[in-house]
Amino acid sequence: MSTPSPTNLAPAPATYGVVGSNPGVILGIVAVGALLVAPFAVYPVFLMKVMCFALFASAFNLMLGYTGLLSFGHAMFFGGSAYICAHAVKVMGFTPEFGLLAGVTFAAVVGFIVGLLAIRRQGIYFAMVTLALAQMFFFFCLQVRFTGGEDGLQAVPRRAFFGIIDITKDMNLYYVVLAIYVSGFLVIYRAIHSPFGQVLKAIRENEPRAISLGYRVNQYKLVAFVLSAALAGLAGSAKVLVFQLASLTDVAWQMSGEAVLMTLVGGMGTIFGPVVGAAVIVTMQNYLAGLGEWVLVIQGVIFVAAVSLFRRGLVGELLAIARNYKK
Amino acid sequence: MKAISLALVASSFLSLAAAHAGPSDGKVKIAVMNDMSGPYAESTGMGSVEAVRMAIEEAGGKVAGSPIELIFADHQNKPDVASAIANKWIDTEQVDVIVDVPNSAAALAVQDIAKRKNRVLLVSGGGTAQLTGASCSPTTAQWTYDTYALSQGMGTVGLQKLGDSWFFLTVDYAFGHALEKDLSDVLKANGGKILGAVRHPLNASDFSSYLLQAQGSKAKVIALANAGGDTANAIKQAQEFGIPQGGQTLASLLMFPTDIHALGLKSAQDLVFMDGWDPNRDAESRAFAKAFIDRTGRMPSMIQVGSYSAVRHYLKAIETAGTDDAPAVMAKMREAPINDAFAKGGRLRADGRMVHDMYLMQVKKITESTGPWDYSKVLSVIPGDHAFRPIEQGGCPIVR
Repeated sequence: MSTPSPTNLAPAPATYGVVGSNPGVILGIVAVGALLVAPFAVYPVFLMKVMCFALFASAFNLMLGYTGLLSFGHAMFFGGSAYICAHAVKVMGFTPEFGLLAGVTFAAVVGFIVGLLAIRRQGIYFAMVTLALAQMFFFFCLQVRFTGGEDGLQAVPRRAFFGIIDITKDMNLYYVVLAIYVSGFLVIYRAIHSPFGQVLKAIRENEPRAISLGYRVNQYKLVAFVLSAALAGLAGSAKVLVFQLASLTDVAWQMSGEAVLMTLVGGMGTIFGPVVGAAVIVTMQNYLAGLGEWVLVIQGVIFVAAVSLFRRGLVGELLAIARNYKK
Repeated sequence: MKAISLALVASSFLSLAAAHAGPSDGKVKIAVMNDMSGPYAESTGMGSVEAVRMAIEEAGGKVAGSPIELIFADHQNKPDVASAIANKWIDTEQVDVIVDVPNSAAALAVQDIAKRKNRVLLVSGGGTAQLTGASCSPTTAQWTYDTYALSQGMGTVGLQKLGDSWFFLTVDYAFGHALEKDLSDVLKANGGKILGAVRHPLNASDFSSYLLQAQGSKAKVIALANAGGDTANAIKQAQEFGIPQGGQTLASLLMFPTDIHALGLKSAQDLVFMDGWDPNRDAESRAFAKAFIDRTGRMPSMIQVGSYSAVRHYLKAIETAGTDDAPAVMAKMREAPINDAFAKGGRLRADGRMVHDMYLMQVKKITESTGPWDYSKVLSVIPGDHAFRPIEQGGCPIVR
């Protein structure tokens, strides 16, 4: 109603994490160009998995990195959306685009309900509330029939996307997933670089001050939470198209933990950090699988190294170096 | 003109023949996928890899004149990791056969990929009967056990041997409910009485109230419809409550030698469980157990011996078929009986079920055990045809 015009915030100097719009945009265009040709060099199924998790981690980063709220329940949106999408496509005969829509809608609605309850608290309490609700949702999925218990929902058919794109071929699906990923990423980018995003950052830096300036911080937080949940849901549903399955792994608390891990390794509060983090973690899960029981040990060592040596995450450190160089 | 076309026909036949003259790409690549860092790491894990290596060594490292290559991966109990690895193996690494795959969600995911991409899948660790039921595949063999066989054996032979009144201690989610339902259906059909059931949450640490209810029910058998740490905790605490001394028998559907080893005979003694392999069956099985213990320091689980047996049979089938083409190899695998350290007179059915004897086992008392890894004795042998689900009841579309 009487929210002060945010224009006075827009020209504010870019906070850390944003290199300034031009290099960021150029980097983005280069990245998309690389992704367009990447499947000819790297195995496409792997790349699709990286993109799904990159979108998931980026959605999570919107909460942690830009709003300063550590959600420990994002698996609920990721996995819940996956189950809904898989069920809609496999059992109810939806086409994939409507399956995605169903998944995202579900995630957004659950995000709204959870958000209403969770944003009343901050810090550790916020994390605990989201974790508790996510655990409730996990046990719900464990018990109900339609999720298939620990068998999961398997062999979800890959029907033609929009009725014309044959996604049974991994190459075609790759470009569909790329399009989903880029649009999700652009939504996040736009949100962060809008007046809305500036308000979120203001809340992160000093919430009482944002309140004293007249912002209704709870509404901003709720919108950010729903947006983050919906995008996490989009990532979960896209993963269903790639792997043709939805399982308990997607809703387990470890999945929420992975989002935290990816974001911290890559660099929290940077737009490309979660993407890099997701790539690192997924690469380890897939390419180190051949080392047998050492996967988790190596993953742990890398996490410890990242946390103690690169406090700002891989991308965060690079940005810091770049800034020093400019000076 | 005619001569040319004849020559063309002849050459195309020759090239066909050449294509069938041995394994494609000049080698047979075997890939073991299982859990190497989680709850199934002891019963599958590197032990399965070692067992498969033993099968390859037995074949002399070569089959139909081509070398055999062995790779492995840890699916970390994540179906999407399993799926990604299986896709990569088949699409970019020319893997011919995937072995083991515990965790039903992962096994079903890999089965779907192997079916679409026409590769052989030899399941030993995965236990869901759906693999040879509704989602069966012409290129999948399920070697060692399934959930149907476990509850069928326990519900019929276990009922005769242990008594007719049962009480369930069930973990409260789909797996436990399914286990309880399957087993109590079999028990009721054979005249058993279910005196009650109590549900406990996953990863419970205090079983006292549940065990007291079980004790109070005066049931002759207390069936543990749970897994992993829950089973171990329930067994230990039952011992502390003196339940076995009170004349009630504890029965668990699945129990591996490493589990008994970890529990210790003092806690585990007299426990009854189902098994797919008896290490003391004959000289051949004893020799295998000894060789395996020498290499790894532990007794193989039925899953590990099953992986060995499946790969051994697979390699023999390639030898007779002269190719590693999946349908041809599966046809040869179905023709030949399975006689090795794992099974005697086993046979592979059209729905992918390998039918062999199952065993109702009991953990030995401390006084009966003759040494390390001598932990179990056979109460009853359940013939394969009785143990496994009849082929027409599984709902497998390819045999209808």
